[in-house]
Amino acid sequence: MLSQYAFIGVFAIVAFALPIIGLLMAWLLRPKKPNPAKNSTYECGVETIGDTWVQFKAQYYLYALIFVVFDVEAAFVFPWAVAYNKLGVYALVEMVLFVAILLGGLLYAWRKQALDWH
Amino acid sequence: MQHVMFFLFAIITLGAAIMVVTTRNLLRSALWLILVFFGIAGIFVLLNAEFLAVVQILVYVGAIATLIIFAVMLTRQVMDPKQPRFNDQARVVAGFATLLFVVLAVIVTRVAWPVAIGAAPVDAIQQLGMDFVGPYAVPFEVASVLLVVAMIGAIIIAREHE
Repeated sequence: MLSQYAFIGVFAIVAFALPIIGLLMAWLLRPKKPNPAKNSTYECGVETIGDTWVQFKAQYYLYALIFVVFDVEAAFVFPWAVAYNKLGVYALVEMVLFVAILLGGLLYAWRKQALDWH
Repeated sequence: MQHVMFFLFAIITLGAAIMVVTTRNLLRSALWLILVFFGIAGIFVLLNAEFLAVVQILVYVGAIATLIIFAVMLTRQVMDPKQPRFNDQARVVAGFATLLFVVLAVIVTRVAWPVAIGAAPVDAIQQLGMDFVGPYAVPFEVASVLLVVAMIGAIIIAREHE
């Protein structure tokens, strides 16, 4: 059982190694002729204005919070989906109820214009 | 092999956790925290708690980390590495943190924790799904209500400032 995780381990090693190799190769191969224009922050080719550390809008946080709620919901649906073939209609009704309650929350967010961008 | 993997994950988790509290840049702390979550997911896998491992990555790495990074980006002053590392409460906090560590260490080492007998069931996730809609149907639905309450509370708090 645990040995199957060796595949994930291989993927993890490759995933960590690839960007390191990429950066290392670029560092070895590239010519090093820095000047102030090259060292400046690149942002879509437009000159950057002000500091990078600006305060972001609080609305990002609201989106993230709603995302967390539905992410946790997905974690609950997952085992239910695995056991779906062994369950009857009542299980489907219970899950519909579970999702319906959460949709009520989404409806609240929608009606309160929490999803609108101000 | 199990022990080697455990120590590997433990080193990753603890090392990243130390980086979280020592890195001056708050955004980098948040990124180190993601590595802590991954290490804990690895330990869950070693404990045969595969569902917890998946939830750990799905919810903590996927959602909580995003939430923390957004929270960091909402702050203005705290993110600046030039801010002083300690304030006048540092000693009090250090004292209580040491106290908490001692209490936790005593609890972990002195309490006779019961050990589960036998191997973990192969179809644990399926069993969990059946329990969700079977004996634990009410807590399952209450969890949904709890999530909605959290969402509505967050919206009310967030909209207060507008």
